[in-house]
Parts: sequence; C-alpha cells; structure tokens
Amino acid sequence: MSTVEAHSGEDHGHHHKETFVTKYIFSQDHKMISKQYLITGLFMGIIGIAMSLLFRLQLAWPEQSFGVFEVLLGKWAPNGVMDPNVYLALVTIHGTIMVFFVLTAGLSGTFSNLLIPLQIGARDMASGLLNMISYWLFFLSSVIMVLSLFVEAGPAAAGWTIYPPLSALPQAQPGSGLGMTLWLVSMAIFIASSLLGSLNYIVTVINLRTKGMSMTRLPLTIWAFFITAVIGVVSFPVLLSAALLLIMDRSFGTSFFLSDIFIQGEVLHYQGGSPVLYEHLFWFLGHPEVYIVLLPALGITSEIIATNARKPIFGYRAMVASILAIAFLSTIVWGHHMFVSGMNPFLGSVFTFTTLLIAIPSAVKAFNYITTLWKGNLQLNPAMLFSIGLVSTFITGGLTGIILGDSTLDINVHDTYFVVAHFHLVMGISALYGLFAGVYHWFPKMFGRMLNKNLGYIHFWITAVSAYGVFFPMHFIGMAGLPRRYYTNTAFPYFDDLADINVLITLFALLAGAAQIVFLYNFIHSMFYGKPTEQNPWKSNTLEWTAPIKHIHGNWEGEIPHVHRWAYDYSKPGHEDDYVPQHIPLKKGEQELQH
Amino acid sequence: MNIALVFTVLILVAISLWQITKIFELSQSKNENNQVANDNDNNLNGKLMFAFLLFIYGITIYSFWSYGDVFLPEAASEHGADYDQLMWISFAIILIVQTITQALLHYFAYKYRGKKGNKALFYADNDKLEMIWTVIPVIVLAGLILYGLYTWTDIMNVEENDEALVVELYAQQFNWKARYAGEDGVLGDANVRFLQDFDGRNLVGIDATDPNGFDDVVVQELHLPVGREVIFKMRSQDVLHSAYMPHFRAQMNCVPGMITEFAFTPTLTTEEMRQNPDMLAKVKKINKIRSENSKELVAKGEEALEPYEFDYMLLCNKICGASHYNMQMKIIVESKEDFEKWMEQQQTFAEVIQ
Repeated sequence: MSTVEAHSGEDHGHHHKETFVTKYIFSQDHKMISKQYLITGLFMGIIGIAMSLLFRLQLAWPEQSFGVFEVLLGKWAPNGVMDPNVYLALVTIHGTIMVFFVLTAGLSGTFSNLLIPLQIGARDMASGLLNMISYWLFFLSSVIMVLSLFVEAGPAAAGWTIYPPLSALPQAQPGSGLGMTLWLVSMAIFIASSLLGSLNYIVTVINLRTKGMSMTRLPLTIWAFFITAVIGVVSFPVLLSAALLLIMDRSFGTSFFLSDIFIQGEVLHYQGGSPVLYEHLFWFLGHPEVYIVLLPALGITSEIIATNARKPIFGYRAMVASILAIAFLSTIVWGHHMFVSGMNPFLGSVFTFTTLLIAIPSAVKAFNYITTLWKGNLQLNPAMLFSIGLVSTFITGGLTGIILGDSTLDINVHDTYFVVAHFHLVMGISALYGLFAGVYHWFPKMFGRMLNKNLGYIHFWITAVSAYGVFFPMHFIGMAGLPRRYYTNTAFPYFDDLADINVLITLFALLAGAAQIVFLYNFIHSMFYGKPTEQNPWKSNTLEWTAPIKHIHGNWEGEIPHVHRWAYDYSKPGHEDDYVPQHIPLKKGEQELQH
Repeated sequence: MNIALVFTVLILVAISLWQITKIFELSQSKNENNQVANDNDNNLNGKLMFAFLLFIYGITIYSFWSYGDVFLPEAASEHGADYDQLMWISFAIILIVQTITQALLHYFAYKYRGKKGNKALFYADNDKLEMIWTVIPVIVLAGLILYGLYTWTDIMNVEENDEALVVELYAQQFNWKARYAGEDGVLGDANVRFLQDFDGRNLVGIDATDPNGFDDVVVQELHLPVGREVIFKMRSQDVLHSAYMPHFRAQMNCVPGMITEFAFTPTLTTEEMRQNPDMLAKVKKINKIRSENSKELVAKGEEALEPYEFDYMLLCNKICGASHYNMQMKIIVESKEDFEKWMEQQQTFAEVIQ
C-alpha cells in the first residue's frame, strides 16, 4: 500500500488483504522490516563471533590440532591445524561482517526503521517501497558474503580494509581470486542498500514529524539516527567508488592503485597507480563508518539512560551539538589511519589536530551521561545495564584514541594489538552494547512480549567482565610491539613471554561467546513464550509506547498523537507520575523547558 | 590437553551460569512474575555495578603488575626518548581521567540505584558545568596536540646530509633485504623491471646503466653503526608491507611504485641492549618458557627449541599474505669499526653481476 494513502486515509491499514508474502517477506511496513534487519543482523553476528572464537583458539594455542577446526574448516585445516591463509580469511570476514552487516545494518537498520516513524509520529517511512528494496539488497549482499565462504580458494583474506595490491592480485594470496570478487560485489550491493535506507531516514525525519514534533523536541535517538544517515550518504559513495576502481584494476587491467609490481617471477603491466589513493578513498568512508556504527548506539543509550534514570537527559542541547560536531569532524579525520602510509608528514599534523578535536564532543557526551545518572532513581533493567556498560567501554576505549590519534605516538603502536584493543572497546563492544540495550528495551515494542530479565542480567554481567578480560590485556601486548593479523607469534621468540596473555584473552573470549548463547536462547524463547507486555512497560515518554501493542499498518488507530513537550520530562516537579509522555498537553501555567 | 582445558572452562561456565541464575532468582520475591526491574533487582545490580568498578581497577592494577615489564620496552634510538616521554605523559593523563570517570559512572549507578517511592531530581541543564567540562579537555588536548606536533615534525623531518648513512629497505613476500649506498653514498636507480636481469642475481632490481649502483651492497641482515643517523628509503616489489622496528620506535609502510622514508639514530648496540637489566630478565623469562615447552616437544619426539638470545628485529606490520607472520630481518647495531669491518666483507653489485 502506498504511503500517500497511509497518510491521508483515516481507515489506514484495513482495506488491503495482506498475504503471507506481503506481510512477512516483501513487507513495506517499517516494523516488519526492522525485525527482518534484526534477525538477519543477529544471524550474521553469530557467524562473525564464531569466527573470532576460531581464530582466538589458534592465537592461544598456535598450530595445534582442534577437532572443531576439522569440522568447520574441512580441507582448510588439514589434521585439524588451521592454515595461515584461512586465519587471514577469518580475520577479514569477521571484521567485514561485524562492522557492516551487524553494527551498521543490524544496529542502525533495525532501530532506525523501528523508531523513526514511531518516535516522530509517522504512519511509516517516507517510501515503503525503497525501504523494502533497501532490506532485500542488504539480504542479497549478506547471502553473497556468506556464499563467498564456500568458494574453492577461500573468501577474501586481505583484512577488512582490503588494501591493494594484496586484494587486487590473485597471485598475492588465494583469497584475492573469486573470494575477493564476491566480497566487492557484496559490498557494492550493501552500499546501495545503505544509501536507500539512509535517504529514506533523512526524508522521513525532515518531512513526516507529527504536529508539535519540532526538531528541538526530537528524542536523541532520532537525532542520532538522522545524523548517522547524513554521514552515510556523504561517505558511503566514496567507498563505492573505491570498490569500483578496484574492480576495474582487478578485472579490466586499469592501474588506479597499482604500479611497478613484480610477483611470482613476472613483471606486471601496471604503471602509475598508487595504493595510497585507495587508502584515502577507503578511510574517507572507513572513519565516518566508526560513527555510523557508534552514533545510533549512543542515541539508543541516551534514550534508555534518561528513561531508566527517571531523569531528563542532562544537557540536551549539548548532546545534539556534540552529535553534529562529531559528524562534521568525522569526515575530516580519515588520515589518522595513514600516519605511516608514506603520505606527506604535514598532512599527518593536520589530521592529528582534527582527530584530537573529536575528543571534546566525546568528553561532553560522556560527562553528560554521568551527570544524568547523578541523583536519579535508576531502574537497573538489562537495557540500562548495557547502556551504562556502553558509557564505560566508550570511555576506556575512547581514551586510548588520544594515543592513536597522535601521529607521533601512532608510529610505534600502529597496526599492533593496541589498535585492536582500542577500536574493539570504543566501537565494537560499545556499539554491541548499544544493540543489546536496544533489543532489551524495544523487544516488547517489536514482539509484544518481554525478554526474561534474569537471563538478561546474566548475559550482561558475563559479557561485561569478559569484554574487559579480552581487551584490557590486549593493550599490553600491543605496547610490547606485537603486530596484529599474525597467524602465530611463535616466529618471534622475543614474544614468547606474551603467550600466556593470549591464552587468558582466549579464555575470556570463549566465556563471552558462551554468554551470547544465553541471549540467543532468551531472544528466541521470549519471542514465542515471553510474558506479554504492558502498553508502556518502562514508563517511557516517547511516542512509540502510545501505539498499540499489536502491530497495525499505519501505526496508530485514528489520529496520530500530537506532541506538546520534549521527550525528557521525567520526574518533573508538579506532576504526580515520574514521567509525562510527549503527547500530554502542558498543564495550565506549566512552562516547557527551553532549549 | 587443550581440549581438556576448553572443556574445563565450559563446565565452569555452565556451573557459574547456573549459580548466578539461582542468585538472581533468590533475589526476587516469590509471587512476582514481572520482567521489569524491581527494588531487589536494582539493589543487587547496583551493588554489582560497584563491584564492577573494583573489577576494572583490579584488572588495571593486575595488568600493570604482571605485564608491566613488556609495556614499552627500552628505546634504542635518539628520538625514542622523546617518544617515550610523550607516551608516558599521555598515558598518565588517560589513567587519571579513566580512574575518575569510571569511578563516577559506577558509583552513581550504585548510589542512585532505584527504590520505589524515590523521585529523581529534575535537573536538565547547567551551562556553567558544561562549559567547565568542555574547556578542560580543550586545554589538555591543546597541550597534547602542540607537544605531539612538535615531536612529530622533529621525527619526520628527514634531511639528506653527508653524515647520514643511507639504507634502502626492500620488501617482498615474505622477506626483507637491505641495500647500502656504498662509497659514493648514493643509491643507484632501481625498478622491478630489472629484477630478472643477470639470472636473478639482481635481487632488488638495480639499474645496471646507472653508475651510482655499482658500489651498492645488498644484504639479508641489517647492520647499523651506533650513533650515526640512518636514512631509510623503503621500497616494495609486490604488495604493501610495513617496516616496523619497535625498539627504535620506527615504522613506515613500503609501497609498490613509490619510495617512502624514515630516519633515526641508533643509540644502543645490540650487545649493550643484551646487557640491559630489563632485557636480561626478559630473556631469562623467555628461556624458562622455552625450556618448558622444549620438554613437552622432546616428550613427543620432536626437536627441542633453541635457547633465545636477544636481537633487534625488523617485522612486517602490514598484512601481506600467508607468511606475513614470519616476515622478519635481524638488525645488528654495532660500533663504527665493527660495522666497517663487516661492510668490507660484503660484495658490491658490480662484483655480484660479474
């Protein structure tokens, strides 16, 4: 059904008979699409996390035989011993899947779709059709990425950044053959999906807000999703251009990124290209991508912390300003990934300056979260625990960014495990916590049932302890000079004394993996047998909780609620309840907070 | 043994899961079946938040205590001391901020854990407070940026001079070569097109028509004289590599099709570094581990590991293919006399192609 109809009609949603296919598969309803994103994202997440456990086993007990390798890797683990090429493939696909498929599509795709129409008071996305196409392109790209795991020579193995010439030349490593072609095709489709989704989010937020929902009354979740979409539209096309040029170099003999190469006894014809150009193009997306992943998580956290602290989010205006500042700065810092790439050192100075500036809005956000907790009445639901956990890992991981963003200090820790520890904490774990927080908080909205809180607590505490257990010691092996992406460290006896740290890290990783099984069980079980939810289980102010529990096309029966106040009137003096939903008109003489 | 270990861990995990579930169940009143946190949940999880703060402090202290010795090993280059100082200053700032903010976050989560009947403070804005925590980071970061940029310019400013030793680092899957400029101090032109000349004896593709190349010396072990500036010119013949020399706080990518540069002055010879007390302790520790591992290997009928002796190393630090993890070259820093003696024994390019 068309959106125009949905907006003009009073009797929306009832005059089309929906078939199984239009309701569950090719649905244009944002709520169904958000569920599709979540479930696809979780499925990809299982693959990505399982891969990390496999290579963690190899790192803790290098070149040892494991039955699980024989079963899962087959001929790529002769006698159960992992092959070095497969190690690199696992690292590569783990990164790709987690960054793009889980934390971009799975996180932003799920919650932007679910919450943008519901929280701004719209019947659906601006274009239901584009929204549906966006999901199915994402699905197609996921299928291609998974299929690439089964090609003869193995999947792409050049690291998730796929720097040429390694990724361009099948002679350089087996994964750079068909596996890399599929990787590039999958990513190109993924980018198309992401662009369609982002454009839709932007248009919807700008045009379809309900009466009274001014930009200064938008919940911070929506601000975060909106700005994330803008960053995506600005930067993803540049990655697409990099991918297309790489496809040209690989398949049509051009020399955008290649020059003067001698490999396997042969001088290749490439002349005049530069891999550094690829690095610029890649990181022009690659760095904003960090914020594409992180901002939605921070938006979700803002909403959950305020709701569960029963307090207004502290410094709403500053929070919006820091989202905008982070978004702007994120597009002019990409060079900090390239301090030792051979680019002009003067550029290094510029990028150091812009990079360290990002610490300012980030610090503002962290302090504002902490102040929001101060003198609150904290309802420590699982979603709240994950949100507090997010602030904790965001601080721990963000602080080491001060070292890595400093070109001088980057010289010696670049591409070591210090970097791995930094970005896993600040974007990997933090964004995952955001995803989990969102799922625990909005599961009742999505499925009409509650997740089991005790399983949620177990999930959180084991994950929280093991996340620090995995990534905190990693800083130390990085500072010792241990490079990342090494199949084993045994080739350097100098690193022998780090072996026991690697065992410790792997044990914590296995523990973290086990905790996710608890979550999966809770998720699937509660979907069918969970306790039916109340209308507004968390006593939240935002509009989605005024929509009926049972999903209907068009979101609200009758008129869409009008908005009379911002989203954070928690514990406002003069009101009996400790929350005042956005659609409640101001009392006589009540002042609205000015931002 | 590994499988046994993994199983033990899994069983322990299962037991702890079971136990934790029980604790949570016990903490809830019997006749309630609500999935929203109640006072008991808030109480328990608030206390756990405080415990978690202690855990974060604990793991920080434990990590520094037991792994502090591997953290930033002693620098062996002139700029290394400046690098280390900047690192320690940054680290001190980070640790202070980390300690304070984590304390506030988790303490508030504990202190203000919810209780039925309590009401939160309606506190939405405070411009003064926000100004404070915007301005303080600005000042601290401005200091760090200025200090960092000053050091960066100092390190990266490579100026050709007669005193410096010019060395080319040549990377290929999966080994390193080094080329010295010889007596004329000038590296001969080179390109991958020349690699097949002279039946493959032209290891780094020197252009035989350039007279500057004839006295060049190509070796597979990098020797450096102590106390003299070395200007490295990096090349790669196939994919990206990165020349990483952690003890000298030095790293630069090797990019096919272009020449990149890095320079430093070694300050400690290999022998001096071996006598460093920290290094002695480290090598002792490593050899203890190796001899234990050797016992296991011998029991399985395999060869024992050789005892370890410290050497500076050059590692590849940019993913470059299957044997990336083993792409290394030994670096020997020695006195000027030893270096010259060693150099005399090497064959020049002219001698090699004869």
